[in-house]
Amino acid sequence: MANALHIVACAGIVPDPLQTLEPTLAPTGPAIRNEMVLPAMLDPWAACALYEAASLIAKNPGEPQNPSKLWLVSLTPKAKLQQVMMTVAQKLSFELVPIDGPIGGFTDAHSTAAILAETIAALPGLDRGKLLLFGGWESANRGAGVTLQLIGERLGITDQFQGVDQIELRDDGPFEVLERVEGGRHQVSVCAGPPAVLGWATGNLPEPRNNPQIGMDNMRTIMPVLQKAKTAALDTNSLRYVSATLPAQQRTTRVVKDMHPEAIAQEIVEWIGKDS
Amino acid sequence: MATTLPISQSRPMLTLPGDAVRQILWRFANRFDLQMLVSSARGVARGTVARLVASGERNTHEWTPAKNQMLEAFDRAGITAAFMEPEEGGFISGPKNLALSLAAFELAWVDGGAATASLAGFLALAPIHERGTPRQVMRYKSLSAPPQPGENRKPWRGAFALTEPIPYVGVDTGMLNGKVRVAEWSDGGEPWLQVEKRGRFITGIAYADFITAAAVSDDPRIKGSCIVILEKSDKGTFDRGTPTKKLVHQLSSTGDPVFNLKVPASRIVGGYTLKDGVIVPNFNHGEIIEAVFRRTRVPVGLMTAAKLLSAVEPVIRYQRQRFRGAEGTRPGSIRYEQGIQQRQDALHRLVDVWATGEAAASLGFAAARLFDALDPLEKQKDALLKERGIVGARAEMKAFRESQQRAIELLFKRAAGAPGLDSETWEADPLVQFLLADAEASVLCPATKLWNTGHGVNMLREAVSLMGGYGITEDCPGFLANKWMDAQLEATYEGPEAVQRRQLTVTMTSDLFLALFRVWTCEMRRIASTDPGTGACTLASAMNLWLWTLNHLQNATDPEGNKLYHGQRQGVTFPLADALCWLLASRAQILDVLELEARGASDPLAAEDLPATVEFLSDLCHTQAAQAASEASRICAELVFGYNRHPRWDEKEHHNCFLAEELEDLEKTMAGISAAAVDVLFADGSHPQKAGPCAGCAGSEEFLRLQSKLTTCLTGSRLAKDRAAETLSKVMIPEALDYPAAGPA
Repeated sequence: MANALHIVACAGIVPDPLQTLEPTLAPTGPAIRNEMVLPAMLDPWAACALYEAASLIAKNPGEPQNPSKLWLVSLTPKAKLQQVMMTVAQKLSFELVPIDGPIGGFTDAHSTAAILAETIAALPGLDRGKLLLFGGWESANRGAGVTLQLIGERLGITDQFQGVDQIELRDDGPFEVLERVEGGRHQVSVCAGPPAVLGWATGNLPEPRNNPQIGMDNMRTIMPVLQKAKTAALDTNSLRYVSATLPAQQRTTRVVKDMHPEAIAQEIVEWIGKDS
Repeated sequence: MATTLPISQSRPMLTLPGDAVRQILWRFANRFDLQMLVSSARGVARGTVARLVASGERNTHEWTPAKNQMLEAFDRAGITAAFMEPEEGGFISGPKNLALSLAAFELAWVDGGAATASLAGFLALAPIHERGTPRQVMRYKSLSAPPQPGENRKPWRGAFALTEPIPYVGVDTGMLNGKVRVAEWSDGGEPWLQVEKRGRFITGIAYADFITAAAVSDDPRIKGSCIVILEKSDKGTFDRGTPTKKLVHQLSSTGDPVFNLKVPASRIVGGYTLKDGVIVPNFNHGEIIEAVFRRTRVPVGLMTAAKLLSAVEPVIRYQRQRFRGAEGTRPGSIRYEQGIQQRQDALHRLVDVWATGEAAASLGFAAARLFDALDPLEKQKDALLKERGIVGARAEMKAFRESQQRAIELLFKRAAGAPGLDSETWEADPLVQFLLADAEASVLCPATKLWNTGHGVNMLREAVSLMGGYGITEDCPGFLANKWMDAQLEATYEGPEAVQRRQLTVTMTSDLFLALFRVWTCEMRRIASTDPGTGACTLASAMNLWLWTLNHLQNATDPEGNKLYHGQRQGVTFPLADALCWLLASRAQILDVLELEARGASDPLAAEDLPATVEFLSDLCHTQAAQAASEASRICAELVFGYNRHPRWDEKEHHNCFLAEELEDLEKTMAGISAAAVDVLFADGSHPQKAGPCAGCAGSEEFLRLQSKLTTCLTGSRLAKDRAAETLSKVMIPEALDYPAAGPA
């Protein structure tokens, strides 16, 4: 396929999941305790979207005079983003568009979407007719699960897919998308072509390996744009949280000796049945 | 006298120091190439390497396909390429001592053998890098560079074969067992050499494609010794030998190879010159290995430092969770929440481990940075000497003499803040800069290797003990028992402890180093006036004591009139070298914390918890400074007094004692003198039951004054330790370790 793609991947950062994540109440609202000093990583769902985007670009590089392009747009504290980039920038080539903003999963999705949409609309050289807007359909921070749709709406993109695991471009322009549905199955859709919004589930690609040479190439452009990143003023008044808690762990342990494996299996089946 | 902060009323450090803090402490906050290397190496260490260890790959001496995957992971992650220049397939320009040290540090955080495997390849290339001809450099570095995208080739791997004679055969390590002879030499053609070499404990031998081997001439047509490059396709015997049955570092390949190969003379590293029909290597093996080892020993010291710091998180987690799950330990109770950390001893011992790790890392990274600064200066020096037509070691020494004097003068003037001495004056003389950096590097390198590994292994034992019985099991998170035993090898390979001590006894007494040391002592006092909580004053007092002791020992003799400070008298020189290492490590640690204090505020991430982090790290500095000072004091006292013969109860020395009758007379005029006198001889010749009359301190009064001052300078150090322990009991740690423990991967 010779048609160039313009893919914009939206990705925030989240605390490393191995860290102790404890909700706390800061003056500005709910927050994760010590989040600014915890090691961070690219939001895993958005990271899958980014890897899929890079793979799609590699398969559809476009033409020399009209190449495919990948932007990574991120609204997050730029100092933390810089640390995360030391790993992400080694994995694939992209153009970073950072927006310096607050950390945490408690920002208002509408306000966030407005800033991201405004930034994407202003990207120099972006052809909306070729635009595929990628992101995660969930977030490891706090899955409001609406930000990507809202950006799409603001950009006037009505073809939207969520829980995407696969995209396959066809030669004549349309593409086929596999979206997750209940029961571990996929819904297959065929879209006439860009522009479209794709909220990714996990996709099928492994995490690309680090390659410092790619990293060095990326960092030549990343460091200057990080330094010049504009600061986003998010609307903090439109949303009020009543409380924030970690998802409760359901743990019911019994110590039983000499139970037959079949009886154990039967009990587990009954327990799963009760849950559904 | 050192003062210290009172028990802190502010909140303790929130989390374990993260990357932002480390990058400032170890001075690579503005080097994103190094930050990426760290990220990449960490991924390999806590991924591929950790899975290998967890799945039991250390349980075999053989080189396995799984272990080989680790090398491929190094290639993919850019670790192999870290040694190369960008035009050779690398991505880091300029000196790479800090880069290689950081990579080794990250790998050793999980497994020392993995770090050694990465370093072994660099070690093989290092002789070529340092002294190879341009053609040799291009060939072997290009072949060793990992394939670029689109390239389909396997990178070459190298091994370095120095000497390592079979033990107990009475061969000094300075002698080579490899022999080189002329095999063929046709008129006008290039000579061919026959190289015979038996290696022992050669790292990376199982997969090496080429060997840099040291050999001595066994032929009058070849002069002296050299390092020769051997390739596996060379004609003759290339036998990799049997794997060494190591109990440690099993993720690196080690064996005893045998080579008997015919190679062209162009394989002599650095080339050769023909003089009167004799092949004269441009560099003998000693010149090459000196340039190599002084650099590669630093990362080894940092490997042990990494292990010490890596032990902190698993030990804290173990201590806190020790009693959870036990009957009667209810969630929310102190026993449940704090576990063993209720006990001060557990906290204090972990503070000691952590403080040692910080000091070791600071010393090692300071040395690595110094070598990065030294590399270009060395090249400038070589060019300058060549320009002036100065050739040979003796001529060099003569040329350096004047610059050395100038270096000392400039050093003291700069330290005193002399007017008109701007950086231009300083930088105008590259020889002065080279000599100063060289004098410092010649001490910091062996100090890092010796102290980090030697004392580090002892402290790793302490870390293991803090895990109780769990510590010596395969299930112990953080592989602590492996790390403990591995560190013993780190203290041995690339020059065992005795070699490092021997080098220190020479380099630490150079005029230039001692001038630097004096300036550093004043610097510590200055720091103490602004940052008393660091223990800088304690350290300065210990540095004074060490310097006095060295000076004393260099001039003193034993009762037989033999000189005390003498190359052969290792009972004097070696302990003094040990004492110096403690002081240097503590100094480096303090300087790093000051760097964080000064620059942390401008980094948004480090600034987030800066005051508490600086306070905690300062407390670790103070704890370490006190321990360093105590060690130095103990060693110096032993050396100053230990070589004096103790007075005996014989007639010759009776004149020092009071006679009982004399005391009775004196008592009449000086009431109470009898109670003060301890050395009294009675009329029947009997005396108090002790070794002899008490030894005097004639000539050592100044020592006692300095030591007494040092003792009082320990004031506040235990309060600092208490504060650090308090922080340890509260600091937030991750929910789980980010690499697996033993078990199926």
